Amino acid sequence: MTIILFLIFISLLIAIGFLVAFLWAVRSGQYEDDYTPSIRILLDEDKTDH
Amino acid sequence: MIQTESRDKPKVRSIETCYHCGDHCRDRTILFDEKSFCCNGCKSVYSILSENGLDHFYNLNKSAGISLKSYQTKKYDYLSDEESASKLIQFRNDDFTRVSFSVPQIHCSSCLWLLENIHKLKPGIISSRVDFMRKQVRIDFDHKTLDLKEIVELLDSIGYAPHIIFKDLDNPQAQASPDRSLYYKLGLAGFVFGNIMLFSFPEYLGLENDQGTDFKSIFAYLNLALILPVLLYSGVDYLKSAITGLKQGHLNLDVPISLGIWALFLRSAYDIISHSGPGYLDSLAGLIFFLLLGKWFQNKTFNRISFDRDFKSYFPIACSVIDGDLEVQKTLDKLKPGDRLILRHGELIPADGILMSGEAQVDYSFVTGESEAIYKNIGETLYAGGRQMGGIIEIVIDKMVSNSYLTQLWNDDAFTTKKYSGQTEKIANRIATIFTSVILLISFSSLIYWSFFDASVALNAFSSVLIIACPCAVALSIPFSFGNVIRILAARGIYLRNTGIVENLSMITDIVFDKTGTITSISASHVKNTGVELNPRQKDLIYSLARHSTHPLSRLIEKEYSHCNLLGVSNYIEEKGRGISGFVDGSLVRIGSAKFLDIPASDNTGADYSTYLEIENEIVGAFLQVSAYRKGLSALVEKLKQQYNVALLTGDNDREAATLRSIFGKNVSLHFRQSPQEKLNAIRKRQEDNARVLMIGDGLNDAGALRQSDVGIVISEDTSNFTPACDIVMSAERFEELNKLLQYASSAVRTVWFTYLVAAIYNIIGLSYAVQGLLSPVIAAVLMPLSSVTIVLIGTGLTTLKARKLGLFGPAPAYQSTQAKMNDQYHLAR
Repeated sequence: MTIILFLIFISLLIAIGFLVAFLWAVRSGQYEDDYTPSIRILLDEDKTDH
Repeated sequence: MIQTESRDKPKVRSIETCYHCGDHCRDRTILFDEKSFCCNGCKSVYSILSENGLDHFYNLNKSAGISLKSYQTKKYDYLSDEESASKLIQFRNDDFTRVSFSVPQIHCSSCLWLLENIHKLKPGIISSRVDFMRKQVRIDFDHKTLDLKEIVELLDSIGYAPHIIFKDLDNPQAQASPDRSLYYKLGLAGFVFGNIMLFSFPEYLGLENDQGTDFKSIFAYLNLALILPVLLYSGVDYLKSAITGLKQGHLNLDVPISLGIWALFLRSAYDIISHSGPGYLDSLAGLIFFLLLGKWFQNKTFNRISFDRDFKSYFPIACSVIDGDLEVQKTLDKLKPGDRLILRHGELIPADGILMSGEAQVDYSFVTGESEAIYKNIGETLYAGGRQMGGIIEIVIDKMVSNSYLTQLWNDDAFTTKKYSGQTEKIANRIATIFTSVILLISFSSLIYWSFFDASVALNAFSSVLIIACPCAVALSIPFSFGNVIRILAARGIYLRNTGIVENLSMITDIVFDKTGTITSISASHVKNTGVELNPRQKDLIYSLARHSTHPLSRLIEKEYSHCNLLGVSNYIEEKGRGISGFVDGSLVRIGSAKFLDIPASDNTGADYSTYLEIENEIVGAFLQVSAYRKGLSALVEKLKQQYNVALLTGDNDREAATLRSIFGKNVSLHFRQSPQEKLNAIRKRQEDNARVLMIGDGLNDAGALRQSDVGIVISEDTSNFTPACDIVMSAERFEELNKLLQYASSAVRTVWFTYLVAAIYNIIGLSYAVQGLLSPVIAAVLMPLSSVTIVLIGTGLTTLKARKLGLFGPAPAYQSTQAKMNDQYHLAR
């Protein structure tokens, strides 16, 4: 049954990984402007003729 | 682009539009690179862009550029001053400097693309990032090769002049990075809540150990470890707030919450360590998670709306001062009485002063909401806040910026005392006091009662009462009910500063209106010919000439005669701030001020407001600009009068007193010629008579009254426009719904009381277990989330239903159309 304990600790570690990812995303300002990226993605990086 | 399409009526397609900005090329067309431009500014922006391979700009949106008719050099000299510049800088290290500007001209995807590609225009700029909704651009640049002034000049030269305001000098910290701690706390609490729930599953399902490994206690200890960061970080605000509340001698809602948190934690820790039970940690994590969720829901802000503007947000950062023979740039905080200022077309008068030379034509629309410019002669006093339209003027200021007629309003107590400090909800605090006393009474009674029989049951019952009575549901009611109200209203074009305003709205007794710009509509105004009726030919002549000018009055004339025929115009001349003239179909037509047409002073009674018409050297009429009252005004006043004391406070004269009296009826007090300070005092006087006053205004001259009132509403024709500090920004097209707004607020407050009743029922059920010492962790884990979810559903559900019933739940004023209107106004203003 110790295998279950082992799995639990692994799953907890993975969950902590996601928590850290979330905190990083907030810290890098991704939640501050949720509108501009929707326009930005439609713009081409370099000059192209349509 | 929308604005070009809406402006192009079919019959005027022959007039060429500028390739850059989409304006009509009125008096002259500049041909360059086989494209036409309306002015040299537009042409030069085009050439800058095409030389640097950025002409993709025009492929994204047709004619997306910003017209650049008034460009001047040396405007930004003050940025060379290290002290001023350093206040604008957000961040600096050895490699780069970060600066953030507000650029109100940002309006379409082309702007975004261009501003994020400016590093191609100037080496030294490392990168730039646009925030579209806030209309801001953040630029990182290498300060070794470039200075701040060059960047601002570059932005200005391509039509995106940053809006650098006086306020930036005052508090450089305002641009500091936003507070993200709520997100961290919420994320952490959510994570822990989920994990503890998982680890508590065996307990919920009643699974028993038979294999020897003691999972239960391992999970319990894991839970205990997980809860610590939640207790010490996510929930710490509630604990702190309870302590400060107690120190100040009042019971806020955080006191019973903190009691609950501590009871949950200590009881659980004891149970786990003594192996007597699994503890209530899932409930604790859930409690803090839900509380934070409520806080987040409540704190939803509107990026586009600013509620805290004062005059400093309107004033520029610097202006031109004559120093000996030189013209230098001086920041406003360094201006002294006696300084000689130079103001150009479109610049704001920063302090009261006397006109020394030039022709002043001052637009006080920022201050009074009055859109017509006022003419001033040499020697007359000009008040701060007006915008010079027309040529260059020189003034000698006689007051400091902060002591001017308009700005001294901000020295009043109303502005120095903090109105919004606590923003605590009164209902919640009233409830908290009763609640805490009742809970403490019950818990101690059960402690004493059981201690006669069994000490362990006594402690169990005591802590159980504190746990189950923790007012999570009560604490969630206001955030979710009022938060939902705020969201529904925002979708409707009514923006509330915070949830506390809903409660204030429900207690209003008096309603005070401002006149100009509030009950009258600037955009709905029209011109009225005060002379004899014109014949069709004369109308054609006037319409054809007025079409060529961008002046607001010309636009109104154009609108008035839009059904007329367009005739050819030659020798068109426009004198800024005076009038226009030209040969239309062979006849000389002139439209303009009395001065422009050389009408003797005796003939022009009230000439300030009139525009005269002359055809073939003969005066044929004069136009008066008539402001229109908003649609549904009298019906609204009629409804409001049944429940509230209504009054009118206006800075205007009593010219329209009779009309106003007929709208407002007999028992409404109308006050004319009120200065900003008098408006403030009038509100204060009502409050001293125990009235709760709602003030509705629009301009800076209402700022004092708006601040002093219990609820200040600003009517805005365009929510992205400038508005003074207030509690509610209301889109003008929603003006008629003011009575519904008040009704809605009262109903929302009733909803909150109802949710309290429901919470009380849940509590009574829970308490009946708790006082007997029978509260098992599973019951707590079910009952607490259940009551919270019920409250949230009732709170949001009832407020949504009520909004539907009142007709407040519906489409927003289309964002795109406001945006297009704004662009239009912007082009007009230039």
